[in-house]
Amino acid sequence: MITAERKPFDEIYAMTEGHDKVLVAGCDTCVAICLTGGEKEAEILASEIRIKAKEEGRELDVEHTAAIRQCEWEYLDMVADKVNEFPLVLSMGCGIGIQSMAEKFAPKQVMPAVNTNMLGMPQEHAVWLERCVACGECVIGETAGICPVVRCSKSLMNGPCGGSHAGLCEVVGPEGEETECAWALIWERLKAQGREDLMLANRAPKNWSKSSSGGPRKMVKEEAKPA
Amino acid sequence: MSDVVTLKAGSNLEKVLSAGKFGVTGECGPPKSADGGVVEKKAKTLAGCVDAVNVTDNQTAVVRISSMAAAYIAQQNGVEAVMQMTCRDRNRLAMQADILGASALGVRNVLCLTGDHIGFGNHPQAKGVHDLDSISLIRMYKDMRDEKRFQCGEEMDVAPALYIGCAENPFGDPFEFRAMRLKKKVVAGADFVQTQGIFNIPKFKQWMEQVRALGIHQEIKILAGIIPIKSAGMASYMKKNVPGMDVPQEIVDRIAAKDKGEPQQAEGKELAVEMIKELAEIEGVSGAHIMAIEWEAAVPEIVEAAGLMPRPAVS
Repeated sequence: MITAERKPFDEIYAMTEGHDKVLVAGCDTCVAICLTGGEKEAEILASEIRIKAKEEGRELDVEHTAAIRQCEWEYLDMVADKVNEFPLVLSMGCGIGIQSMAEKFAPKQVMPAVNTNMLGMPQEHAVWLERCVACGECVIGETAGICPVVRCSKSLMNGPCGGSHAGLCEVVGPEGEETECAWALIWERLKAQGREDLMLANRAPKNWSKSSSGGPRKMVKEEAKPA
Repeated sequence: MSDVVTLKAGSNLEKVLSAGKFGVTGECGPPKSADGGVVEKKAKTLAGCVDAVNVTDNQTAVVRISSMAAAYIAQQNGVEAVMQMTCRDRNRLAMQADILGASALGVRNVLCLTGDHIGFGNHPQAKGVHDLDSISLIRMYKDMRDEKRFQCGEEMDVAPALYIGCAENPFGDPFEFRAMRLKKKVVAGADFVQTQGIFNIPKFKQWMEQVRALGIHQEIKILAGIIPIKSAGMASYMKKNVPGMDVPQEIVDRIAAKDKGEPQQAEGKELAVEMIKELAEIEGVSGAHIMAIEWEAAVPEIVEAAGLMPRPAVS
């Protein structure tokens, strides 16, 4: 799933400057599941903005709504009447949802109220871990189902660097949080599968043209197009 | 013997190692400024007591004079360079362009590295490149040298003359994979390897057993990494804070048992000499790579005391 985190409140509130009507738009798919931008979170943010504006003695009409999925035209049609009442939309959808709204309702100003951060999975309640970068050329069939492109801090393709220690990566997070070494995990799982020879073969450089280096990507399924 | 050895690059380091002599390399970290005089001074200190000096490439992800420029300055000042090249700061275009330029400037040795993670350095917000990894970098340079081909397959008229090196950490994990990883580098085309600084000799010997079992020592020249310890504080720091280092407590205690300053420095140099002598006895070790970090002045003394002077002149 796509995960996102809400931007700091002051940054969001500053986006409302010069406006007297603002709509907070949630999305009830990925960002709702990661507890960031669903209808409930949109309602909370709208309340916070309303309270802050009241404290400042400012006239500001704040409402909220949510689309089932901000990234699909049909679901945006369902909230179009509401959206059209407001000159400014603070979208809590992921980067795709925000852009879809901006395109659908152009030239209306649609601002991001969240930072979209990864394609992750909920490892446990309220904890998400990155699992994919959509590189366009999946190799995990040869790496025991563990992605070295995103889970190795240096995206190495040929085994661990010299900084792998006791199963951990040398790179720690800003709060000192430790990360598992992807290649230590791959080695152990390949051994368990009796396929460790896969780690002995030299892997050629990755073709990044299939990733974002090749420019914005487009996928067309001819067979699914209407006749 | 030199009659039958076909040299790949003709560098001094390659000649010394190919002649079966015990090689000695040093290390020179370029400065965090445009002061080329710093490189000049370090090069002059190391000239004559090492066969070549590694010129680091933004080591620890901190911006410095580029390794190509510093390698050129070092060679202008009497010592052959091993130009370090990391995958962190350049994509495959830049790594090929820089090696063509370095070769045109007379650099004949290159050390292919992944590079310390960008988060350890002074620009943690920069984008780490990692287009290639060290193994695919080795292969790319070998193909440029031997096949006269760029990574994309296109041909070139004049190939770079390179003696290709790599690094390996015998103390990294998974330990059982470490010798195999070196094997991958040999297959990719590495001619020599410099190891991480060694303090835990029993573990290094264990690693060398794995290396010999795979026959790697007959395919690549192995230079054992030596880090002269300048103080007990430095020893403790490396033990606790440097990723991939294995410093046994007794090493820290041995240095700490001496008074701070000159006595600890003398003990550090003595330890380095003892270690070089012990490592030289291990089957498959072809030389020592002495990394005297901001302490280049200690190197001539250590090399002399280890009985490795004068350095061989191999034509």
